[in-house]
Amino acid sequence: MATSGGGDGGRILIIGASLAGMNAAQMLRRSGYQGTVTVVGEEHHRPYDRPPLSKEFLTGDLDLERIVLAPARRVDELDIELLLGRRATALDLDRSEVTTRSTGDDPGSRQQQLGYDGLIIATGSRARALPDAVIEGRAVALEGLFSLRNLGDAQRLKTSLSSGSEPVVICGAGFIGGEVAASARTLGREVILVEAADAPLTRVLDAEAGMVMADLHRRNGVDVRLSTTVEVVRHDGTRVVGVALSDGSEITTSVIVVGIGAIPNTEWLQDSGVSTDDGVAVDPWCRADTMVMAAGDVARFPNARFGGMTMRIEQWDNAVEMGRFAAAGLLADLGLLDSDATVSSGYAPVPWFWSDQYDCKIQLAGVRSDEAVMARGSVHDHQFVRLYHNGDTLCGVLAWNRPRQAIIGRQLIEQGSSVADARERLGG
Amino acid sequence: MKVVVDFDLCESNAICMAIAPEVFEVRDDDFLYILEEHPDESLHDKVREAAERCPKQAIALEE
Repeated sequence: MATSGGGDGGRILIIGASLAGMNAAQMLRRSGYQGTVTVVGEEHHRPYDRPPLSKEFLTGDLDLERIVLAPARRVDELDIELLLGRRATALDLDRSEVTTRSTGDDPGSRQQQLGYDGLIIATGSRARALPDAVIEGRAVALEGLFSLRNLGDAQRLKTSLSSGSEPVVICGAGFIGGEVAASARTLGREVILVEAADAPLTRVLDAEAGMVMADLHRRNGVDVRLSTTVEVVRHDGTRVVGVALSDGSEITTSVIVVGIGAIPNTEWLQDSGVSTDDGVAVDPWCRADTMVMAAGDVARFPNARFGGMTMRIEQWDNAVEMGRFAAAGLLADLGLLDSDATVSSGYAPVPWFWSDQYDCKIQLAGVRSDEAVMARGSVHDHQFVRLYHNGDTLCGVLAWNRPRQAIIGRQLIEQGSSVADARERLGG
Repeated sequence: MKVVVDFDLCESNAICMAIAPEVFEVRDDDFLYILEEHPDESLHDKVREAAERCPKQAIALEE
């Protein structure tokens, strides 16, 4: 068991080498941090961008090199120590130490303690699996049963989609499900998209807007089945051979893609003293404990801009922004930031994401509410701006094939705009 | 500084417009327009930030 501490300038340890972790590392250097920056990543690949995995990566010939994250291209220049193929297994707050274990077979480096002066937790989330009970007979790992989270998943799915003529069954009409459905159609595959709720995307959109996505997929030849669940996954012991749905149908298929949400990776923090409840609980400055921050998919924070509502945001933009914020906040706590102006008021973003499906760009700034009004276009023409509000206050802008309005909408939410002003600004 | 956008990569997410509206504009036709190919030095930090924040890494800066 090796012990490794920081150099003279101390060490900031970042657990998780994806978007939040790598942006945090870059921010530390940009803010003038002189100590050791160590980033630990579970996967062996150079850190890469995930959004293309469900889209261009499946339909085109993008290789890993094309999707390597920008800060990961600059690790030498930024003097970042990148420890790949290692997983954190425990955190000891009293000793300021993280135990890591190699994910490979090299016995010499199996376990290693890494000391820190400051820690940033950015372990992200993983795809939620179908319940074991759905797998026929005894639950086993099956070829042809996919989730889509990392490069390996995407490579295997791509291979599967490239041959065969039976329909691809997609379980869950969320963003991953919708994007994979669009990619599979682009590749000429038949697609059955199965969704338990009575409309797609009920978690992020109202039902009327969600149905626009159902319509988009139907117009592109997808068999969309709402209020329907996967009852049984049939297999021959090693691979998927079919699926039984709750509508009574039996489908012969060798490819099932499951996109039913994500689970934050917090198991390694059990018994550490860091509070976890659907994510690492942090304060408005991203602090989970003294000199311990969390950022990205794994972190749950109270967002002052939305009345202190706690949010755990699984979105690209949040991973970048929160990673940077946590890094600056940690330096401020360590007394290493000249001015803490950037972090003084706490982390209170207007969430923003996009999804590309077929030739359609869907963007949501802010959050949905139960009150929705159209500002521009109509749901029937697949180009519209829809506003979510609480009373007079604008809280969300859904832009369907209207990217300019999405960004203006985001700024309006930041400014605390009224829904009437937003209709004026975004209408047309 | 010269701003170069790879329009094959650009998806018109309009993040750049939010950060540096003096230089980048996504119009109602959903295409990105570069307003200042050689932005003033006072804008360089913003433009670098915009390039870095582009989800498609479609903005290159020749400094």
